Amino acid sequence: MAITTARPDELAARVTAPMSYWRTVAWRLARDPATLVAGAVLVLIVLSAVLAPWLAPYDPNAGSIRLRLAPVGAPAHLLGTDEQGRDMLSRLLWGGRMTLVAALTPVVIGFVLGTGLGVLAGYVGGLTNTLVMRTMDIFYAFPAVLLAIAISGALGPGLPNTLISLSIVFVPRVVRVAESATVQVKSLEYIAAARASGAGVRAIVRHHLLANVLGPILVFASTQVSLSIILAAGLSFLGLGVTPPAAEWGLMLNTLRQSIYVNAVVPALPGLAIFVTSMAFNLLSDGLRDAMEIRA
Amino acid sequence: MSTANGTPPLLEVLRLRKHFPLRGGVLQRIHAWVRAVDDVSFDVYPAETLGIVGESGCGKSTLARLILRLIEPDAGTVRFAGEDVRGASPPRMKRLRRDMQLVFQDPYASLNPRLTIEDAVAFSLLVHGTPRVEARERARAMLGRVGLDPRLYGRRYAHELSGGQRQRVNIARALVLDPRLLVLDEPVSALDKSVQAQVLNLLQELKAERALTYVFISHDLNVIEYVSGRVLVMYLGEVVETGTADALARSPKHPYTQALFASAPSLDPDRRMERPPLAGDPPNPIDPPSGCRFRTRCAFAMPRCAEAPPALRQVGATHEVACYLYEAEAAVAP
Repeated sequence: MAITTARPDELAARVTAPMSYWRTVAWRLARDPATLVAGAVLVLIVLSAVLAPWLAPYDPNAGSIRLRLAPVGAPAHLLGTDEQGRDMLSRLLWGGRMTLVAALTPVVIGFVLGTGLGVLAGYVGGLTNTLVMRTMDIFYAFPAVLLAIAISGALGPGLPNTLISLSIVFVPRVVRVAESATVQVKSLEYIAAARASGAGVRAIVRHHLLANVLGPILVFASTQVSLSIILAAGLSFLGLGVTPPAAEWGLMLNTLRQSIYVNAVVPALPGLAIFVTSMAFNLLSDGLRDAMEIRA
Repeated sequence: MSTANGTPPLLEVLRLRKHFPLRGGVLQRIHAWVRAVDDVSFDVYPAETLGIVGESGCGKSTLARLILRLIEPDAGTVRFAGEDVRGASPPRMKRLRRDMQLVFQDPYASLNPRLTIEDAVAFSLLVHGTPRVEARERARAMLGRVGLDPRLYGRRYAHELSGGQRQRVNIARALVLDPRLLVLDEPVSALDKSVQAQVLNLLQELKAERALTYVFISHDLNVIEYVSGRVLVMYLGEVVETGTADALARSPKHPYTQALFASAPSLDPDRRMERPPLAGDPPNPIDPPSGCRFRTRCAFAMPRCAEAPPALRQVGATHEVACYLYEAEAAVAP
């Protein structure tokens, strides 16, 4: 990665033709080393998850009784094998797939539904606001982990139920951020100016409100991805999420935990994967937050 | 009420009132009212500039928003060119909004940070169904007219502009709809003195060029004197004096107006500090004093000032004041 400096002619071009907002954000992101590293790591993780069927050397569910808990670097098994003799590399690749789906989907659902409800509550105000926000407060009153466990416990194990329970965790959080951003933006004079020019609610929300609240909400949602990864893995660890024999990082952590006295390194691998992925998402969202700030 | 020169007023404001509830506690019960605008009446005639002056918190900005129906009044009527603004149906209201526009006080909060200034100006036109290409063309022309070269500034964002430039964008956004009435809510208060003069001169030029009518709101008496033909002095949501700018400057009647003129910084040494400037803060509009609201700060307060509020009384051809000192014709100016 070379650090590029703008040539004078490039600078001149920039002065006469200012960049659009999103290009400015991308330009700033590309200049932040921590974000770049985190981004690169995430690209690798996502690619490895997407390409798991082609990358994985073995069937993730095919075990061999004689080859249980092979150490890292064992012949033919680069990252060793688990307690049933299944290839760890293959399981980690396939597990990333499952973990990312289980973690990202609820955040996306939370982002979409939460933004809708939050903007509605914030813009309409009054009774609508009270109804929406107090309902959200009910969910918000429980710690995230407890709520996810309680809902998953009630719905039963399985990926769809995990997605539902995690979405219920994230919607209220996004609603709160969306509502407060909306209330703040709504009181600004450019909204009043748009009303004074005769614009209807739809045009105002679309062109003036959403453009200014989506940024902060997006940044907040991105901070929730790491939490979602840990919650999704946690639910599987507790047996409430993805069901065996499917590979999922949290579930792998659970089934491998008794083996930690036999081979300490192999059981730590799914934990390491969870840590690195959530860390990378955190760094990326920090970078995003800084890059999206409007500087005078 | 004012110059009866035959032409009907463009804007008639009659006994306009807006009290904001203050809520508190778990049940959000109303425990007090802020009397922001109380029974304010005035007319604005075509092509004139009516200045509205008063301290901060006296209800000037609320009045501006009431005129444009950005907030609904509790009582009273606003008529624009004879049409009742309060009773206008939504489509009719949309049409009316093209004719009356507002320029805001805060050049920072009044522009959408995510729109280029060209798009910000064109937005008003798009709302009224102008085709995209034409709207952009007209927006660029308007930006050029207010002194911002569209080739240099059109694609810029508000945060890349100075306060004065932003205020020019605000003016362009208001004028691009070709309004007949422009309400200016402290349009230059946030600007440096030198920039203020530029923007004020631009406003004067535009007014002459487009036969505009201005309602100019400011707390700065010098600015008001410079731009206005007629002046309305507000105190705690009420009108205390109206008259031509000249008459008010020459012989302000209401003790509050006198204090305002006395405290306005003047370049004329003879006019400086003839009278003691106003002492203390204005009383809380939540619980204004009984009778005349100015009596708590008035040097001439009498017992009867506390009993009932004085009505506006004619003291000259176009000069009215709400003060008991002028009740008798023979009253001597203090």
